Amino acid sequence: MSSTETVAQAATQAAQTAAASLPVEQLVQTPFVATFTIFVLAIFIGYHVVWSVTPALHTPLMAVTNALSSIIVVGAVLQTVDIGGQAITLTSVLGAVSVFLASVNIFGGFAVTSRMLEMFKKKKK
Amino acid sequence: MNLIAQYADWIYLVAAVLFILTLKGLSSPTGAIAGNRYGMVGMALAVLVTLVIAPSPNFALIVLAMVAGAAVGLYRAKTVPMTQMPETVALMHSLVGLAAVLIALAAVHNGDQHHSTVQRVELFIGCFIGGITFTASVVAWGKLSAKLAAKPLKGGWVKPVQIGLALGMVGFGGHYFITESLTSFWVMTAFSVVLGYFLIAPIGGGDMPVVVSMLNSYSGWAAAGIGFTLNNSVLIIAGSLVGSSGAILSYIMCKAMNRSLMNVIFGGGMGGDEAAGAAGDAVQKAYKSGSADDAAFMMSNADSVVIVPGYGLAVSRAQHALQEYANALTEKGVKVRYAIHPVAGRMPGHMNVLLAEAEVPYEQVQEMEEINSDFSNTDVVLVIGANDVVNPAALKDKQSPIYGMPILEAHKARTVIVVKRSMSAGYAGLDNELFYLDKTMMVFGDAKKVVEDMLKAVAH
Repeated sequence: MSSTETVAQAATQAAQTAAASLPVEQLVQTPFVATFTIFVLAIFIGYHVVWSVTPALHTPLMAVTNALSSIIVVGAVLQTVDIGGQAITLTSVLGAVSVFLASVNIFGGFAVTSRMLEMFKKKKK
Repeated sequence: MNLIAQYADWIYLVAAVLFILTLKGLSSPTGAIAGNRYGMVGMALAVLVTLVIAPSPNFALIVLAMVAGAAVGLYRAKTVPMTQMPETVALMHSLVGLAAVLIALAAVHNGDQHHSTVQRVELFIGCFIGGITFTASVVAWGKLSAKLAAKPLKGGWVKPVQIGLALGMVGFGGHYFITESLTSFWVMTAFSVVLGYFLIAPIGGGDMPVVVSMLNSYSGWAAAGIGFTLNNSVLIIAGSLVGSSGAILSYIMCKAMNRSLMNVIFGGGMGGDEAAGAAGDAVQKAYKSGSADDAAFMMSNADSVVIVPGYGLAVSRAQHALQEYANALTEKGVKVRYAIHPVAGRMPGHMNVLLAEAEVPYEQVQEMEEINSDFSNTDVVLVIGANDVVNPAALKDKQSPIYGMPILEAHKARTVIVVKRSMSAGYAGLDNELFYLDKTMMVFGDAKKVVEDMLKAVAH
């Protein structure tokens, strides 16, 4: 745990130093360091949480992470938009297809995970 | 509506926390079901908020695509047999990869959006990781479901092709970055898609557990890459969680197979052909064989039995019969447990799911570390459809290609019963000295047939 904390501190410090060296208005436009901080910290959370997953549940873990990575649907929805008043553009069609692909994964991923977990539960009695 | 839009980032934060709880829940089977629900709620929140804040979204298209996707996904989730989970998961990775590519393409063609230099780099990264994930997963799916030859693509030309494709991809990506040329972006995407194929085709079917875990990781990084472009924290967080999860699983799989990740990706297999040839030269050694009845008799008179299932068990669909047999033994007062090697199935934790499906109690199933010290106190070990994972050469023989691989120490038990089709070598093409020990009895035949015979013998 202490290693996570040290890294967390280091990352916050790095973010602060980077922020301090930038003029304020530029800071608003360049949130890259802030996003990158989130990215690095999330990796560390993932690392620690996943090591605590029991090996017996590694297959459900893969199925559910599949559903989670389909959070990419957010990006897909943001592209399925009317552009200049036009409903059907290359962008909106590509967006809709990716909404479809991601939805297959979201619904399929969560459903198959709960199907597997039910099998483990039955035997708990 | 306005209120939701105002607090969108807060709701995204809630979703991200729910995703972390989803993974956290998987530390025990009891918490996992609740965890899975957290994930669903988090996903629903994230999607709803996005619908509210999206600028002039095309609701008709979005809803249509979602309903169609839900129908396909739910149908597949309901019907897929558990033995086919590995290829299903591979297929799902490919969908995430393809979605990432299409989103990136949609974004570069979106006339309403201007992309800063940083965003162009992020689009490029998200798109090429997605492209590689897409085709690589399709190849992995093909190999796992035996639709493509499991044999690795070999030849000195493979590596130069990989490097050439990678350079081309980066080159055109760079050109897009400088000139915003859409053509370059498409060419870059094409390169990444072809590269995905050439990255996985040289890897043998037996290494697919590692590959599937690795692609799990890639699909996460692709999502995170798109998250950077959109500057959306929930995408970055979910993507990184998945990315590190897949990386850890690859590491665990590699360790269990005694290989390094670099070795799997660039090394080109355990050399099944050469090793098999070497095993063929071995002198005929003596072994004992017996019938299913003999085996059943020994186990009925034992105090403790440990079952070591391998993928051969799943192939012959013997897990249900085996569990019936284990129940019959338990009724006779025999202590029955299952010992699972991390690579017993075709993906991490696969064997556990197959046993759970056959209604094997969770408490009876033990991981390698838990049970290895118990083998010396065990009367009978029943090895079904497993070979390399119980090969003592991994512990003793420094010359053996599997030396150093962690194994289930079945040879320490008082008696070993091995159910196998014939004396042929296992996946690694190695002879297994466990089969020739004095205390070992071989029972030849199809796993399911043998287990059913043992069940009959106990019933009488």
